[in-house]
Amino acid sequence: MRWTAIKIARAGITMWLVVTFVFFVLRISGDPTDMLLPDDIDQATRDFYRRLWGLDQPLLTQYWSYLMALVQGDFGISFRNNLDAYDLVMERVPKTLLLTGTALIISLAIGIPLGILAALYRDSWLDRGVMAVAVFGFSMPNFFLGILLILVFSLQLRVLPSSGSGTWAHLIMPAATLGISFAAQFARYTRSSMIDVLSKPYMRTARSKGAGPGRRVTLHAVPNASVPIVTILGFKIGELIGGAVITETVFAWPGIGRLLTTAVGSRDLAVVQCIMILLALTMVTANAITDLIYGWIDPRVRVGAGATQK
Amino acid sequence: MSSQDMIEGRRWAPVRLLAGTPFGVILAAAFMAVMVFVMIFAKVLQPYAFDYINLLARLAPPVPLSGSTWAHPAGTDTLGRDLMSRLLVGTQTSMLLALLGTCLGAVLGIALGFLAAHKGRLWDEIIMGLVDFQAAMPWFIVALAVLAFLGNSMVIFVAIMALYGWETYARITRGLVLSAREQGYAAAVRGLGARARWVYLRHILPNIAGPLLVQLTVNFPSTILFETSLSFLGLGIRPPMTSLGQMLGEGRDYLINAWWLAVVPGLTIFLITLSMSILGDWLRSKLDPSLED
Repeated sequence: MRWTAIKIARAGITMWLVVTFVFFVLRISGDPTDMLLPDDIDQATRDFYRRLWGLDQPLLTQYWSYLMALVQGDFGISFRNNLDAYDLVMERVPKTLLLTGTALIISLAIGIPLGILAALYRDSWLDRGVMAVAVFGFSMPNFFLGILLILVFSLQLRVLPSSGSGTWAHLIMPAATLGISFAAQFARYTRSSMIDVLSKPYMRTARSKGAGPGRRVTLHAVPNASVPIVTILGFKIGELIGGAVITETVFAWPGIGRLLTTAVGSRDLAVVQCIMILLALTMVTANAITDLIYGWIDPRVRVGAGATQK
Repeated sequence: MSSQDMIEGRRWAPVRLLAGTPFGVILAAAFMAVMVFVMIFAKVLQPYAFDYINLLARLAPPVPLSGSTWAHPAGTDTLGRDLMSRLLVGTQTSMLLALLGTCLGAVLGIALGFLAAHKGRLWDEIIMGLVDFQAAMPWFIVALAVLAFLGNSMVIFVAIMALYGWETYARITRGLVLSAREQGYAAAVRGLGARARWVYLRHILPNIAGPLLVQLTVNFPSTILFETSLSFLGLGIRPPMTSLGQMLGEGRDYLINAWWLAVVPGLTIFLITLSMSILGDWLRSKLDPSLED
């Protein structure tokens, strides 16, 4: 119970740090009215907008009202088109979830079986082949992979659309671009986790009980090997989102990433702020949940937490 | 002298070093050696000034393709700038930034890791809290926003790159120091009356350098991808300067009629990350077999 409370309190503090960081970094970058309004505008109009957006208040007052607004779920108004920043972002969420979800499923569906096979046939040509492909896979920058796919499948063969998101055909290349490096990473993690598990005494016990090889792998090895993979999955969410920004830009996929690059380009403070906070919230929540699940599966973690604070 | 030494002793030292090293690793090391050479001498090697515009020689393809000339072996871009020169200078920028970012991040993380392990209690809590905070920030997105809002400053860019990944070093260092401190040698030196800083720098640091070096190699490819991704999106390195990511970002608009503008820098980035990953894996298996994956 105490352990759970500590974990949740830590997640809360982390979130507060993120929110504060985002506020100060984006505010010290200068007066948004300088960037948004034309240079030759008269001072009265400028002052009007500064009052409208609360920019005439002292920084700490702004920070306080910003915090209070956040607590109530108010992320402010987009400077560009006067729409609610939160609504603008939420409108794009389904597209990004579709892309990252598909990419994640592809990467797990490819990475985990390959990792298991590589571990079972350790040091065979299969293992070496899979690991060599994996190194290529995760060394490939996704912006370059995306461009290569467009060159081959859109411009040479003309079988897949290079941008947009109307049909299933539009999803294939972006999801593959985002998924491949993760598939390679999951193959490596699964392999080393499986190798670790296969050498454990309980595997020998299972064998001496007379369990067949299929049963040993599916019922004894894989469930145990999956525990570290779950933890890694939590940590990979940040990378997945960063990759989505690039992939969405390359393929003009209308998700959060593309909204972010356009909002950053037009200095739309509220939208950028909203995206950063929501992403951080997703990551903090995901990490806290992974921690809690992990501690729940494996009670040793809870005992150790007080002493060493991993 | 044992018979093993007799056999080994006859071979020339570098050959002995290479024997038993996988071919892929040698290839990767050779490629990285070339990249480091380019990083140092790019400005001397460039056949033209990398930003010299020659509108009469626009969009020449690289050599094996039809219409290419030996005057521009790697071709030219839309402004007629020599691609070979741009590639050399772009590689220099990307390599320097990645090296600087990796090293600064490592120094910061290692120092904070030592501090957390040494001071314990409140310091430990604060530093580990910062580690959690850093791990919870989508740093690539933070970098994007900060660069867009704070503008095109080299100092800010390098600072952001240095802050990328420091938390991994801090976490590893802290864990290693805590376990090293319990071992006999550290206690022995302390017992002899050595001061804490001396014990850390002279005795513990050399003993934990292996895993940290491995982490440095593992971190380098992601740092170079960090820089090239930001420059690709038009933040980070911007014209008139150039980097591999910036070249790729520019080339993306000409895929239909000049695919090599994007493919050549992209391939260079890929080969650098690939070589460093291969070297990192090899180094890990050599230095610290327990850390395998």
